[in-house]
Amino acid sequence: MTTLMAILIGTFYAAAIYMMLRRSVVKLVIGLILLSNAANLLIFTVAGMDRGIPPLIPKGELLIEGPAADPLAQAVILTSIVIGFGVLAFAVVLIHRACEVVQTDDMNEMKGTD
Amino acid sequence: MLIAVLSCFILACFAPWLHRLGGRHSGWLLALLPATLFAYFASMLPTISQGQSLQFAYAWFPGMGIQLSFLVDGLSLLFALLITGIGFFILAYGGRYLEKHKDLGRFFVFLLGFMGSMLGVVLSDNLISLFVFWELTTVTSFMLIGFNHEQEDARKKAHQGLMITVMGGLALMTGFIMLGMAAGSYELSTILNSDGLTEHALYLPMLLLILLGAFTKSAQAPFHFWLPNAMAAPTPVSAYLHSATMVKAGVYLLARLNPGLGGTDTWLLMLTLFGALTMLTGIFLASRATGVKKVLAYSTVMALGTLTMLLGLGTETAALAAVTFLLAHALYKGALFMVAGILDHSAGVKDFTQAGGLRHSMPKTTVVAVLASLSLAGIIPLFGFVGKELLLEAVLSASKWHIGLTIATVIANILVVLVAAIVALQPWFGAVVETPKKPHDPDIALLIGPAVLATLGLVFGLMPFIADKGLLAAAAGAVYGQPVELYLALWHGINLPLMLSLSSLLLGLLLFKVWSGWRQLTNFMHSAEKIGPEVVYERLMLGMTQFAAWQTNTLQNGYLRNYLITTLGTVIIVVGWALLRVNQLELNISFQDMRVHEVAIAVLLIFSALIAVLVRSFLAAVAMLGALGFGVALLYVFFSAIDVGITQVLVETITVLLLVLVLYRLPEFRSLSSTANRIRDAIIAGMTGLLMTILILAITGARQLEGISDYFLQNSGPLGHGRNIVNVILVDFRALDTLGEIFVLALVAIGVYAMIHLRTGALPVTNSDRRAAFNLRRTQKDKAKADAKAEADASAVASKGEE
Repeated sequence: MTTLMAILIGTFYAAAIYMMLRRSVVKLVIGLILLSNAANLLIFTVAGMDRGIPPLIPKGELLIEGPAADPLAQAVILTSIVIGFGVLAFAVVLIHRACEVVQTDDMNEMKGTD
Repeated sequence: MLIAVLSCFILACFAPWLHRLGGRHSGWLLALLPATLFAYFASMLPTISQGQSLQFAYAWFPGMGIQLSFLVDGLSLLFALLITGIGFFILAYGGRYLEKHKDLGRFFVFLLGFMGSMLGVVLSDNLISLFVFWELTTVTSFMLIGFNHEQEDARKKAHQGLMITVMGGLALMTGFIMLGMAAGSYELSTILNSDGLTEHALYLPMLLLILLGAFTKSAQAPFHFWLPNAMAAPTPVSAYLHSATMVKAGVYLLARLNPGLGGTDTWLLMLTLFGALTMLTGIFLASRATGVKKVLAYSTVMALGTLTMLLGLGTETAALAAVTFLLAHALYKGALFMVAGILDHSAGVKDFTQAGGLRHSMPKTTVVAVLASLSLAGIIPLFGFVGKELLLEAVLSASKWHIGLTIATVIANILVVLVAAIVALQPWFGAVVETPKKPHDPDIALLIGPAVLATLGLVFGLMPFIADKGLLAAAAGAVYGQPVELYLALWHGINLPLMLSLSSLLLGLLLFKVWSGWRQLTNFMHSAEKIGPEVVYERLMLGMTQFAAWQTNTLQNGYLRNYLITTLGTVIIVVGWALLRVNQLELNISFQDMRVHEVAIAVLLIFSALIAVLVRSFLAAVAMLGALGFGVALLYVFFSAIDVGITQVLVETITVLLLVLVLYRLPEFRSLSSTANRIRDAIIAGMTGLLMTILILAITGARQLEGISDYFLQNSGPLGHGRNIVNVILVDFRALDTLGEIFVLALVAIGVYAMIHLRTGALPVTNSDRRAAFNLRRTQKDKAKADAKAEADASAVASKGEE
C-alpha cells in the first residue's frame, strides 16, 4: 500500500508545484491546497499505515491491548490540517483583496505595484 | 587605569551638555580631562624610566580568558603621553577652530571617544581588548572624517577610510586569534615573553594578516591613498588622528610585537620593503602637492613609512631611532597641521601657491611655522635633527641592503628638506599675495598648541636628555625586547650621517628654488595616477556594488516562480544526489497488501489531482479539489485515523465553500504562460513529485531511533485520563501547541475580517461593478455613435430637402 501511496503523494506534489508555478494567482491557491494535502499524506504514510487499529482505549481500561496506529502522527496531521486551513483562508482573502486593488490576477502584472 | 581610559568615554557622553555650559570656552573646559590624564601618566614616569612595567587587570569575560588588562611600559607610556598631551591642545584648538560650527558638541563627543579608544589601544595588554579599541578608533575616525556630512566628498572619503581600515581590521583579528592560539594566551605580556613563536607553523599566515592590519591603519603603500583623502576632516582632526596618533597605531602594533614576532627574514623583508616604498611614495607625492593639508598628509605618509622601515631593521639603534623619530614627528607634524588650520582660519589659505608674505600680518604664526619646519627638515639644533641622525645611523648599520636603504633615505631626506622649505618659506616670505581673508594672528587658543609643540622640538633638541630621561630609552627597550644602552645626544661629531644630512639639505634647498619646475617635471604622475591603487580601490568597490546589484536582480527578482524553481532545483539536485550516492536507491516497492476499495480511491485521487490541474474552468477545479479532499478523508478513516478523517471532512467542506464564495468573483482562468514555460514547469514539478515518491519509498521502514509515540500510548490513560489518545495529546500533553494554534486561527480570523470589511471606497469593487462600468461606457459610446449617425442622416436629409 505504501508504494501506491508514494505514487499518489508524488502526483499531488507534482500537481501542486505545477500550479504554484503558474502566473495566475488563483492557480497558486489551488496549488497551495494540493501541497498541504500532499504534506499531510506524506506524514501519514511515513508514520506507517495500519488498518482498523485506531489509537482508542477501550471503555473501562487504561491501556490498549495489542498494536495501535501511531497517535503522534495523527495529532500532528490534525494540527496541520487546521493551520493549513487558516493559512488558506487568509491567502484567499488576501488574494481577493489584492486582485481588487491592482485589477489583475497575473502575478507578472502584480509585481512592482507596491 | 580603567578609570583613566573610561573617563574619556564617560566625558564624551556628557560633552554636548558641557559644551552648552562652557559656551565659547568649552574646548578649554573639556581639555581639563586630557591635562589630568597627562599628569597621571607623567606620574608613572619615574617607575617606567627604570625599565620596569606596570600591569593592571580587570576580569571581563573570565570564562573565555578575556580580561581587560593594561600594560604600561616605555612604549605605551610614550604614546599615552603623546595622546593626552597633544589631545589637550587639540581640544582647546578645536573648540576655537570650529567655534561657529553648529555641531561642535558632536565633534567633542567623537574626539573624546577617539581619545579613549586610542588610549585603550596603546595601553591594552590583552589582544582582544586591543582589537576592540582598535576598531573603536576606526569608527570614531570615520565619524570625524565625515564630520561635515552634508558634503558628499567628505562622506565618500570617510567611507573610503573606513572600508580600508575595517578590511585591515578583519585581517588583524584573524591574525590575533592565530597569535593567541600559537602562544596559548591572549595577554601581550605573556606572548612577548614566549619563545618559539617565529618557528610556529602559523607564523607566516599570522604575520601577514597582522601586517595587513597594521599597514592599512598606518597608510603604508599601496594603501597610502586613504590618508590624504582623510584630510576632508576638520583640521584639528587631521592634526590629531591622521598625523600624531591614530595612524601611528599600526606602527605602535609593529613596535609592540617586534620582540615576539620580529627578527625573522620575512619580518625584515616585509617591513623594510614596504616601509621604504611608502617613505619614497609619500615624500615624492608631498613634493608635488600644493594644497597645505595635502603636502602635510603626504609627508606624514613618508614618516609612517620611515617608522615601519626602522622597525623592520630591528637593531638597537633602529629601535631608538624609531621612538625618537616618532616623538619628533608627533611634535612638529602636530604643530604644522595646527598652523595649516590657522592659515585656513585666519587667512583663508588652503593652497601654498595662494599665499606669500604673510610674515608681516601673522608674525607669531610665522615663528611657530618656521620652528616646526626646521625640525621637519632636521636642522641642528632641533629635535628633528637628533631623529634624522639616528635614522641615518640606523640604515647605515643595517644588517642587510644597507646601501639601498641609505640611498632611499637620503633621497627621501632631500625631498623632506624641499617640503620643509615649502612649508617654512612659501606662505610667509616673498612678495605679499592677496588672501581670501584679511590675515591676522589668531587668538591664544589656536596658537598655544603649535607654539608649545614647536618650542618643545627646540628644547628637546638643545637638551635631548630631558626628552630621554629614561623614557625614550625605556620605549626603545620595549621595542627592542631588551634594555638599550644608547642615549640621545645632539652632537655626534663630524661623521658620515652628518655629511649625508648636510648634502641632502643643500640639494633640498636647491630643489626648492626650482619647485615649480620640479612639479612640471613630475607631471607624468597625472597619468600614473590613472592606474594607481586608488583607482584599483574604486574599481573594486564599483565591481562589488555591481556584483551585488546583479546578484540581487538575479536571485531576488520578485517572481515567486523563479524563487520556487531555484529552491526546488537545489532540493532536487542535493536530495537526489544524496539518495543516489548514500542510499543507493534501496526502495521498498511492493504492490501486495492492497484492497480494491483503497486502490479505487487512490486512483480516483490521482485523477482528480491531474484534472484539477488541467481543467480550464475554475469551478471545475474547485469541484475536483472537493472530491480530492473527501477522498483523502476516506483514506485517513480507512487507515485508523478517525479524528483526522473527521477534521478533514469539516475543513474540506468549509474550504470548498470559501473558494466558491470568494474566488468566483475573481477573473476566469486565462492562459498566461508560453508553451516552453509550461514544459519547463511541468519538468520541474514532475521531478519534484518523482523525488518525493522515491523519498517515501526509501525512508519507510528505515526508522533508526525509537519514536516517542509509545509514551503517549502508555500514558494517555493513566496520566491523561482520556481514551482518545490523539485528543489527549492535543489538549493535554501538547496543550500549549494547541493554544498557539488557536492564537494563529484567531489572528487569521481578525485578518480576514479586516480585509473584507475595511475597504477603501474609491476603487471599483467587484467584477460586476467593473462590467457595469464597462457596459455603461459602451452604451454611451454606442449612443454617441448612433446620435452622430442620426445627425448625419438628418443633415443629409435636410440638404436633400434644400436641393
